Amino acid sequence: MFESLSQRLSGTIERLRGRARLTEENIRESLRDVRIALLEADVALPVVQALIQRVKVRAVGQDVLKSLTPGQALVKVVRDELTAVMGSVNTDLNLNCPAPAVVLMAGLQGAGKTTTVAKLARFLRERKKKKVMVVSCDVYRPAAIEQLQTLAQQVEVLFFPSTGEQDPVAIAHAAIDAARKQYVDVLLIDTAGRLAIDAAMMAEIKALHAAVNPIETLFVVDAMTGQDAANTAKAFSEALPLTGVILTKTDGDARGGAALSVRYITGRPIKFIGSGEKPDALEPFHPDRLAQRILGMGDVLSLVEQVEQNVDKEKAQKLAEKIVKGKRFDMNDMRDQLQQMLSMGGLASLMDKLPGVSNLPDQVKSRINDKEVHRMIAVINSMTKKERRHPDLLNGSRKVRVAKGSGMQPQDVNKLLKQYQQMEKMMSKLSSGGIKGLMRQMKGAMGGGGAGGNFMQR
Amino acid sequence: MFKFWKKDRAPEKTPAADAASETSENVVEILPREVMQSPSLSVPADHAEVDAAIAPDSVAVEKVDGSEIDNPGKRSWRERLSGSALSRSLGSLFARKPKLDETLLDDLETALLTADVGVSATELLLENLRQRMRKREFADADGLLAALRESLLAMLAPIAVPLRIPTDIKPFVVLVVGVNGVGKTTTIGKLARRHQQEGRQVLLAAGDTFRAAAVEQLKAWGMRNQVAVISQGSGADSASVIFDALQAATSRNVDLLIADTAGRLHTQSGLMDELSKIKRVLAKLDPAAPHEVLLVIDGTTGQNAVNQVRQFSLAAGVTGLVVTKLDGTAKGGVVFALATEFALPIRYVGLGEGLDDLREFDPGAFVTGLLPANLGAE
Repeated sequence: MFESLSQRLSGTIERLRGRARLTEENIRESLRDVRIALLEADVALPVVQALIQRVKVRAVGQDVLKSLTPGQALVKVVRDELTAVMGSVNTDLNLNCPAPAVVLMAGLQGAGKTTTVAKLARFLRERKKKKVMVVSCDVYRPAAIEQLQTLAQQVEVLFFPSTGEQDPVAIAHAAIDAARKQYVDVLLIDTAGRLAIDAAMMAEIKALHAAVNPIETLFVVDAMTGQDAANTAKAFSEALPLTGVILTKTDGDARGGAALSVRYITGRPIKFIGSGEKPDALEPFHPDRLAQRILGMGDVLSLVEQVEQNVDKEKAQKLAEKIVKGKRFDMNDMRDQLQQMLSMGGLASLMDKLPGVSNLPDQVKSRINDKEVHRMIAVINSMTKKERRHPDLLNGSRKVRVAKGSGMQPQDVNKLLKQYQQMEKMMSKLSSGGIKGLMRQMKGAMGGGGAGGNFMQR
Repeated sequence: MFKFWKKDRAPEKTPAADAASETSENVVEILPREVMQSPSLSVPADHAEVDAAIAPDSVAVEKVDGSEIDNPGKRSWRERLSGSALSRSLGSLFARKPKLDETLLDDLETALLTADVGVSATELLLENLRQRMRKREFADADGLLAALRESLLAMLAPIAVPLRIPTDIKPFVVLVVGVNGVGKTTTIGKLARRHQQEGRQVLLAAGDTFRAAAVEQLKAWGMRNQVAVISQGSGADSASVIFDALQAATSRNVDLLIADTAGRLHTQSGLMDELSKIKRVLAKLDPAAPHEVLLVIDGTTGQNAVNQVRQFSLAAGVTGLVVTKLDGTAKGGVVFALATEFALPIRYVGLGEGLDDLREFDPGAFVTGLLPANLGAE
């Protein structure tokens, strides 16, 4: 989501070429461009002004290092300042208190509070091994409580029932009692969406906060919010002692200016980002990695983590053993690989984190989806068991049969076979040369002007 | 905008609201503004700080329990919008009786950008003003303000085309689409009520089969309005629900069918294809259906709204817009960016959570709310 910002930034500094030193004059135009880029990315104006001021102070008088063009030098300053605003490390939830640890959610209507409660509950249950209970204090929106109940079932956490006639504070008190009796570790409290200027509703959440004394008060904000993010964040942070922010809907193409604004205005860390509709689409937010993503260097660390979490370790082990023993990599193995790719959130999610992808044109990016992978799996499924073990068996008439069975054309089957042969070749090298051989090969492939190198050349 | 605050204090209020609006913070905030409105006093030029301080606006004390607020003096557009950031910053700007120079234009640029008007629309407006200023068309800052008002109006005038439902089309099918959390279902509840009050027989289709309890939410709105809702429960195929609903609408001879859909981000091509499918399926029953595709846009959204309109138009052929949540501190300046980029009419705006808070878009009132004609003269 932050890619268009970086595209714009790197595009507007071309004219700085050939200067040996950054002066107030020669960066004025560029700073104006940076300002417009930030505004177009929906960063709130007060934040933009503060950022520009800081960039100016730091940039003026800087010698341009030999390895950098003046434009790159300025981008470096901008990046450093962006990183400074975003903070440098991921801040985890603080659940360090006598159980139940109470977490209160607050935000505008439609920010995604209820969905986020469910995702967070799942995150705490699965990754932190906590016993989690959720409760809804949204007594206003029709069916809000039912929504949380359904989601709680989906993510398999306890749900404390409430009704629209109850008082939010009374609901919260009852939920805390219930949580204590059932030895719950974390109680997540969902609240109604409210406008920051709605005095009655703000008084209500203040009262709720005072009554439950939460260890975490999280402000949920839509990544697509415009300039108003600054006003809203300010009002909420004045009314409530916020401890963190959750940014939702980051899987869209919003430029994410709201993240900067909210972080800057509240001074509170962004702890998680919501990145999809499924209950597992919640990621801890790593500002340092994000800054690299802004500059097209990719978020390889997150990718590695994602792979670790989702790869079926048993299957991977089996495959490794098989390869080492010198047995062939067959179609069954290929299907396992494809399925694991899908379980990691699909190609688009993986691509998003790879270096250099941000420089691809949008049309190309939009064409990358998982359809192709699903089709490949369908083709493999249409083969007989014997064919899957021995792909060499596939002659013309078998290919036609497989194509028919999977609803594809024979050339699609050929395409798949070609990809299989490439993978097989790589795997057989792996078995002969071991891991080292593979590493050497990969190094060769990446060194020759890979995507990561592109940015630096510019 | 100030008068309204006083007026609001006179009638009886809920104790909670009273307590909130009596906080010393509010009183302190109000003072500097009063000073600024009077031209005889000179004011410290630091308007930005004052702007930032005015966050809680006591205007918006309203119960949101969803029950109808039968308040005879319904708040007007102007009252609701006049607390906006744009109008506030412009108010303080012009109260200083500024000189006609580049600084003034820069300040105007800042004000427009802060209201989410967007860089290109702002540049368009300012370039026009700058040229006319060079030709010495304006006697003073007020003349320039009037010209800005005119250009804003001129931008909105062509897109203020209200939704008219012809009597010869029966049922008239409205498909409501948008990203997650913009207020589609709430808007449908309000739309149903509006058209029911205008004497039409309305039927709703619960096409959001994805989000938990979305069907229940629409049913709750239907109960409040006594409008029938066609649903198949969650997990069903959205196109099939809406197809059923159109069949039901035809056989029951209703005037208006409003179909809900699940919120979807415009970047998810699979989900966007689903919208095209809904349209295709509807066309099997009635080649002209849906007669109106309403895209709901959250008024707090920034420039991303432009991408939303573009993508939804491609997938679902949007024919009209609804801008919601304009009762907050964001005032939907992105409307201007949309007006310059697309010529899609704005059918309705959402100004609150009450059943009657959906209004037809009125550019005059919208601009007046943002930019009162007598601003700075008071």
